This record gives sequence, C-alpha cells and structure tokens, in this order.
Amino acid sequence: MDIIAQLFAGLSLGSVLLLAALGLSLTFGQMGVINMAHGEFMMAGAYTAFVVQGVVGDAGVSLLLALPLGFVVGGLLGLLLEATLIHRMYRRPLDTLLVTWGVALVLQQVARDVFGAPNVDVRAPAWLSGAVQIGGLALPRTRLFILTLAIVCVVALALALRATPLGRRIRAVVQNRDLAEASGISSRATDRVTFFIGSGLAGVAGVALTLLGSIGPTLGTNYIVDAFLVVVAGGIGQIKGTVIAATALGLMQSFFEYSTTASVAKVLVFVTIVAFLQLRPQGLVSVRTRSLA
Amino acid sequence: MRLRSTSPHGAMRLSTVSLAVLCVVGLSACGARVDGGSDTSASAESCVDTSGDTVKIGFLNSLSGTMAISEQTVHDSLQLAAKEINADGGVLGKELEIVSEDGQSEPTVFAEKASKLITSDCVAAVFGGWTSASRKAMLPVFESQDSLLFYPVQYEGLESSPNIFYTGATTNQQIVPALDYLVEQGAKSLFLVGSDYVFPRTANKIINAYAEAHGIEIVGEEYAPLGHTDFSTIVNKVRSADADAVFNTLNGDSNVAFFKEYNNAGMSADDMPVVSVSIAEEEVGGIGVENIEGQLTAWNYYQTVDSPENTAFVEAFKAEYGEDRPTSDPMEAAYTSLYLWKAMVEKADSFAVDDVVAAADGITYDAPEGKVVVNGENHHIAKTALIGKIGADGLIHTEWSSEEPIEPDPYLEGYDWADGLS
Amino acid sequence: MNVFTALLRPGRARTLAAFGLAAAVLLLAPMVLSPFRLDLLAKFLCLAMVAVGIGLAWGRGGLLTLGQGVYFGLGAYLMAMHLKLADAGPGGVPDFMLLYGTGQVPGWWEPLRSPVSAIVLILLVPAGLAALLGWAVFTRRVRGAYFAILSQALAAAFAILLIGQQQTTGGTNGLNGFRAFFGYDLADPLNKQMLYLIAAGALLVMVAVVRQLSVSRFGELLVAVRDQEDRVRFLGYDPAAVKVVAYAVAAVMAAVGGALFVPIAGIVSPADVGVVPSIGFLIGVAIGGRATLLGPVLGSIAVSWAQTSISEQFPSGWIYFQGALFILVIAFLPGGLASFAGKLRRRRAAAAPGDAGASGDAARDHELVPERSPA
Repeated sequence: MDIIAQLFAGLSLGSVLLLAALGLSLTFGQMGVINMAHGEFMMAGAYTAFVVQGVVGDAGVSLLLALPLGFVVGGLLGLLLEATLIHRMYRRPLDTLLVTWGVALVLQQVARDVFGAPNVDVRAPAWLSGAVQIGGLALPRTRLFILTLAIVCVVALALALRATPLGRRIRAVVQNRDLAEASGISSRATDRVTFFIGSGLAGVAGVALTLLGSIGPTLGTNYIVDAFLVVVAGGIGQIKGTVIAATALGLMQSFFEYSTTASVAKVLVFVTIVAFLQLRPQGLVSVRTRSLA
Repeated sequence: MRLRSTSPHGAMRLSTVSLAVLCVVGLSACGARVDGGSDTSASAESCVDTSGDTVKIGFLNSLSGTMAISEQTVHDSLQLAAKEINADGGVLGKELEIVSEDGQSEPTVFAEKASKLITSDCVAAVFGGWTSASRKAMLPVFESQDSLLFYPVQYEGLESSPNIFYTGATTNQQIVPALDYLVEQGAKSLFLVGSDYVFPRTANKIINAYAEAHGIEIVGEEYAPLGHTDFSTIVNKVRSADADAVFNTLNGDSNVAFFKEYNNAGMSADDMPVVSVSIAEEEVGGIGVENIEGQLTAWNYYQTVDSPENTAFVEAFKAEYGEDRPTSDPMEAAYTSLYLWKAMVEKADSFAVDDVVAAADGITYDAPEGKVVVNGENHHIAKTALIGKIGADGLIHTEWSSEEPIEPDPYLEGYDWADGLS
Repeated sequence: MNVFTALLRPGRARTLAAFGLAAAVLLLAPMVLSPFRLDLLAKFLCLAMVAVGIGLAWGRGGLLTLGQGVYFGLGAYLMAMHLKLADAGPGGVPDFMLLYGTGQVPGWWEPLRSPVSAIVLILLVPAGLAALLGWAVFTRRVRGAYFAILSQALAAAFAILLIGQQQTTGGTNGLNGFRAFFGYDLADPLNKQMLYLIAAGALLVMVAVVRQLSVSRFGELLVAVRDQEDRVRFLGYDPAAVKVVAYAVAAVMAAVGGALFVPIAGIVSPADVGVVPSIGFLIGVAIGGRATLLGPVLGSIAVSWAQTSISEQFPSGWIYFQGALFILVIAFLPGGLASFAGKLRRRRAAAAPGDAGASGDAARDHELVPERSPA
C-alpha cells in the first residue's frame, strides 16, 4: 500500500515539476533563453490567485478565474521582458541567464514591498479539500486537481504546436531558425508569442502551487533549479522529453525520500541527473540536427 | 588566429613582486600566539560613549532575505519599546539612540554587522538575532569584544554565554512542558517532524530522551530541508505511523505546505493533534486559519494573555503599526529584553558591560507574558509555559499553563532523564 | 594618463604599472583603515579571489560556472575543520560535536589535524573535484547553458548536503568560533593585520598567475575554445583538456579565497556556498569586465563594498540596486565597466594611428565577449 501511495506522491510531484518546467522548455528550447525569472513569473501567478480571491471571495470561482488570469499575467510579464531586454541578447544566451537573474531579484523585492514580507494564504475551494479514498489509499483532491491540470496543459500545448499554424511556425523556428526565416516566417513575432505562452504557463503553475504551499516572494526560487534540471534532462525542443523527465524526477525524489530522508533524496536526484547527462549529454529526447553540438 | 610565442619575463617579474610581498608579511606582522599566554582581553577595550545626553544601542535583525518575514516583527516591537522608554525619560536620563543594521538572513552578515555595531558604532548593547545560526555566528564576536547581546527567540538550549542574555524560552520552558502536557493528555506515541537544522535536531534529541524515560514510543522522525515545500511523502509516513500526536519543529514556509498536505490527506486535530513550537500568531495568517484551527502550540506568551501589562502592550503595538498586526512570543520577548536591560543598567547605575552583568541577577519585570526573573548564573529568564490552541479567530488561546514561572535550565541539569544529552 | 584607464589597459609595461599600483594601495590600506574596515576589506579580497578565477574560466574560457560556491565552500570548510581541530588540541573534539554530534571526531576529519596536510588538502581536493567533474562533463561536450545549469545544481546539492550532516559539518550553523590561526591568536589585531596581508599577497599572486596564463599559448587556446570550439578541435587540440585546466585553476583560486575567508570572517555556513552566493560571485566579475585582468578584482571589491555600505542605509534598496546594476551592465555593457576604458582608448588610438599597432591584438582579446556558441 505504501508503494502505491508513494507512486502517487511521485506522480503528483512530477506533475508540479512538469507545470513549472513546461513553459521553460518552450522558451529555453526555442530561443535558448535561460530565463531565471521564470520562477518569479510563477510567483506572480500565485499572487494573482491571492488578489483574485481577495476581490471575488468565493474560493472555487476565484480559482477558476485565477487560472486564465495567471496565464495572462505571467504571459504579459514575459512579453515585457522579451521586448525590453531579451530580444537584444539572442546572440548571447548565457548572458540572458544573468540578466534574468537580476530581473528575478528585482521582482522578488517588488513582491516584498507590494504584498509585504509575510506569506499570504489562498483558501482552497471546498470541493478540493480532503481526499478521495480508494481502498486504504487517500489521494488528496488538490493533488489530483494539479495532476489533471498538468495533463490538460500538456495536451493543449501539444495540440497547439501540432495542429495550428502558429504551432507549425514555432516548430519550424525551433528546428532551424534560419531556414524558417528564409521561408517567410517572422521569427521575431514567433519569438514573442512563444515567450508569451511559456511565461503564461509559469503563471498557471503559480496559481496551482497556491493549493499546496504558501505564497511568498521566494516561492519561485524553490522550484527554479529543479525545473531547469527537468528541462536539461528531458532534452530541449520536445514536450515529450520534458514530460518523461518531470515524471521520472518526481518518482525518484519521492522514492529516495521514502527510503532515506528528504535532504539525501535531493542530493541523490542531482547526482543521478549529472550521471545521466554523462550518458546522454543532449538529454532524453533531442531534435536531431546537423549541428556539431 | 595567430598563436604568439610569449616570453614569460613580465609575469616572472610580477611573481617576484608577489613573493616579496609575502616575505614582508612573514617578517613584519606576527602578533600573539595562543600558546604564548599573552593577555588579549586588552584589545577589547570598550569605546561606548556615555558622556552626552544619549546612549547608543544596536538593533540587528534581518530586514531582507528569507528571515525578514519573522524578524521584521521583532524589529518593530524593539522600536516600540525604545520609543516608550525614550518618552519616559530614557535610561539613566539618557535618550536611547538606535543604530539599526540588517542581518540579511545570513549568519556571516550577522557576525560582520555585530562587529560593526560594537567596534564602529560603539553601542552599549545589541538586541536581535533569530535563527540559531545567527546567534552562534554572533557569539564569538560578543565574547571577544566583551559586549552584550539580548537574544529574543526560543531556542535549543545547551548554551550560556556570559555576553548574551536569552529572553526567549530554553528547552525546559517550552519543549519539556509541551511533552508533560501530552503525557497528561494520555499520548503514548509521537511522530517527530522538523526542518533540517540545529533547533529541530536538538529538540528531537531531547524529546527522544524524554520519551524513553516516560514510556512514550517515537514512531518516526523526519527532517525536511529548509524551504521544502513538498510534504506528500512525509505526510504519507505520518499517516501510516498513526501516532497519538505529532511534534512539529518545522520552520517558516514549510509549515504551510505541511499543514495543507496534512489536511488534504484527511487528518485533523481531532484524530492526530500537531504540537508546534515555531508557529506564532504571525504565521497563522500565512498558513490559513482553516488549515490549522484546533492544532496546539507551545510558547510563553500569546496575544490573548489576560493581564493589564499585555493589554497595554497590544494596544500600544496596534496603535503604532496598525489594527491588523498581531503580537507574538518573540516580539514580546524582544520588547521585554529592552526593558530588562534598562532595569539592569539602572540597578548597576552604569552602562559598562561588567556592571550590567553583575547587576542582572534577580531583576524582575512585569512583562506582558507575566512576571519574569533574570537568572544571573545562566543569563536566561524564568518564564511561564503556555500550551495554546489555535482558534477560528486566528489567535491562540491558552489551553494549559505551568501557573508559575519555570526556572531556566539550558543544560537540563535538573532532569535525570536528560543525563548525557550535553 | 588617467589612473583608471591605466589600470584596465593591457600591455606588459602598463599591466606591471597597474599591478604595482594595486600592490601599493593594498599594502598601504592597514595604515589608513580602522581594524573593522580592514577586516571588511580582507573579506572582500577573499571574495575577489573567487572573482579572479571566474574571470579566467568565464571571461576567457566562456565557462559560465554558477557553482563556484562549491569550491569556495570546500576551501572554507576544510580550513574551518582544521581550525576547529587545532582549537580542540591534540586528540580533542570540537565543541559543536560535543553538543550536537556523537562526541567523536569522524574519521574523515582526522587528516585535517595536521596543518601541513590541511593546506595540501585545501589545494588538492577542489582541484581534484573540478578536474574530475570538468573531465566528465567537457569530454561529453556538455557546454554553454547545460554546464551552467549543472554547476548550479551542484551548488544546491552541496549546500543541502552540508545542512543535512549537522553532526559533522555544523549544519545551518556552519563552523565558527575559531580562536587561533595556525597558532596565532585571532583576537589580536596584529594577527588580523597579518591575515589581511596574506590575503592581499595571495590575491596579487593569483592575478599574476592569470596574467601569465593569459599571455601564454594556453591563454590563446582558451580564448579560441570559447569563440570557436570546433575549429580548435579540427586544428588538433583537445578543447576539453583546455577547459578542464581553466576550470580547475578557477576552483583552486575559489578554494584559497574560501580558506582565507574563514579566519578573517570567523565563520563559514551553508548560506555562503549555495546557489545565491554562487551567482553573487559573478556580479562583480560582470560589472568589472569579465575578460580583463583587473576588472573582476576591482568589480568584485566594489560590489562587496557597495553591498555593505548601501545595505547599512537602505536594506531593500540594495536589492533593487544590485538587480538594476546587473541588468544594465549585462544587457547594455557586456564588456563591463572596463569596456568604457576600451572605448576611450579606441577613440584615442584613432586620433593617433601610430600607437594603435602595438597593443591592438591584445586589446581585442581583452574586449571579446562570447558570442552565441553553436547550440
């Protein structure tokens, strides 16, 4: 029974990591932008949920409202960042990491000054409190909700990439930017849209996180390192890799944690990933290109 | 690309210069060796200036970084106490002049700023610190400079520095009474959950010793890294262990994630109560009352304490900082610490550290929490232990009280079961 | 000649002049500064040592390492462990182990009892780890962002590991309360001054080493690997070996910085080695000019100084200031403040063409900033 409970815990952690990493794999995968402020976009999404609840009151309605709003808030922040800073730096990917880290610092302090240093709480709606009992197993409803949300996001993103003209453009730019541009795709516009979607997904992840923990200025920093590891281990440019890597990381963390302690588990997960990248430096799934790297 | 062959002479010259520097270092600067038996306390000459109408004191709290959440509140109540004291004529007729420094939630910065307050600003005493790490970092600074620190937070005990006054609870004033209470309630088994740092580890060591002597079974002991936010595995373990109660020494944000997970897994205060020692009124709002209502806490002060001193304190605090700001144990301990220092200075009729320390024993003060007495030997204060229950109003209400102030015993020397702990 | 431009200007004679000037300033500082400020400066010098290493690995080699905290921490902890054992005396047990640990000194602490082996380990352990890790990562051609993220994860794991092993590492408290440094009483101001001079000397040596490496064939190769790794490989060199050496040298410099930081600051804790301080080391380097010789040192010292003095006045203001400075410099002045000097010089060189040839090549090297590596 414990094993099944742990399996669920692992999948659930995996779905949280997936939500956090999904947008990242899009922006990192397409543009090679290492957006350290991604975690702060999540924080912005979480505070959106807090503000919406303050206005609306009802926990259920506000959660459903906050999800699209969080997407928009995260997306707009991303768009702003892209338009002001990142578009200058596509030729210097490592520098985007440092710039966005500076942005992350500032955003954290803004949150501290606007919402106050103490953490705030978002109430979960009644239909999400408690657990679903299956056999002797208690599956918390919030965790089931996040698992579903993650699946919905992945499916929606996959469909958008596969079946819409926009998706085709994005994939074309990911696979070969120059060729795409030569074929008449405006990579400038595509970059903006991609950044909007990727950052928007961070906002959604932030809203979802309010169901699990507290909302504070440093919410994002707890997830950013893990999220990047997911993207790196999954390989860039494909959702499939990110999904598998997030699930695997979640399961590893929860089973290591069960047999050892939370601290040791984290170290073990890191070591495993470094070792894994020895075997597959390009990550789990990678777009085959003719480049030398 | 053109590969240039280079002569190493330029660099050789540089290395020569550097070597020369090192030689100069080796020859010129040799101070006292520890085994030389030289007296070094002379270097810690105090520079405190008490000739004017004012006297400087230092507040050292984290105003930025992760601990700012908690330490800002302590800073606020220290400011309140200073304001009240100044309005009342100061200390020995001298107005308090506050030098405020930011510890940035980093032990290294605490050590640096403590040193600055003592040697550059020449303050008569410093008030602040929160985490054990910050206190441990400052301790050698205060001892080597022979200055005074007032530390306002409950902590893990096993310490008693001549240069620190501990105005929060030590273990026998918080953890031991909480265990006594649980035994009284018939608890036979406990699950221990804590953050991975010194306070929870030491607290749990004490709890284990206590449990062994009192026939309580410890069915699990789990640590989460600081800032850990995924508690499904730990809650799974708690669930399957099915203890009579959970003893919670988690710190900060982790509490929120833990209690949300705890409730979502279908557990409640009725079937498995959680006793927390790091959740005060300030934190209840962030965790969400609905997630934590009915759970227990162990402290020495609650905002709801019914006494004229506390009514005055709460009213003054709210008047200064707003109606929505609660008061909590560390805030009260910080507020009290400033008044205790004032009483010591006035009894000694001097700001000199040695005089103040000599006058400390037996100083009594009617604090918001009740009567407190300074123990001159171990520099802690006698405090009344209170077990509280978190109410729907977000405040904590006293469930059980030790009635009398408990004498501080940081090394638990008065408890047979604690032999061999220190 | 403007002093600032002279400091940042390449060319052997000028570098020597700048070096001499820096040495003179550092040696004169003890006469001007109060003991507290001197202590602070000594601390900044230790952090600047990490910056010198990063300047080599990142500025010249293009290896963006977000995990220098690991090597800084290794040096610091090894030194702290030695000082703890030395304080405890022969066969003694450090105080914190009596309180929180088993009361026994674990076996892996024992080699640090002897001062000689402690110093050897402080140099060898970080070098070994960096070489091993670098070799594993670089031969598999993990680079660019991947390397940055891995090194960051390493810093996170290292901090968690230190915190988790409280009984033997002091946990979040870290290690502190040292009485003596190789027998010299740390409470004695004269000894503090000695520590400052050692730190200043060590920093000058490191700058000299980096200068030596930069003008050597190795230095040329390193820059070549940064800019066109594949071409270097086709020419028959092994880019991985070049990177491993640069990474290991940077690691040793960080470790020495850490080892000297401990007696000066009197403490090391996991908060000094994790993800945030590791990125923090980069700020000064980026601002000063990552690919210059003295830029990282000056930048790092300036940033540390600004942090201390601004945060004394406005605690939250510092964070805005730090973030804004970082954003502005990296986005708009990637060569760091030193590139101001470069621009100035070019303008002057244009005015007097006869002077341009001598330092032209080197000048370009110094100002190069890595462009996008093939992904």
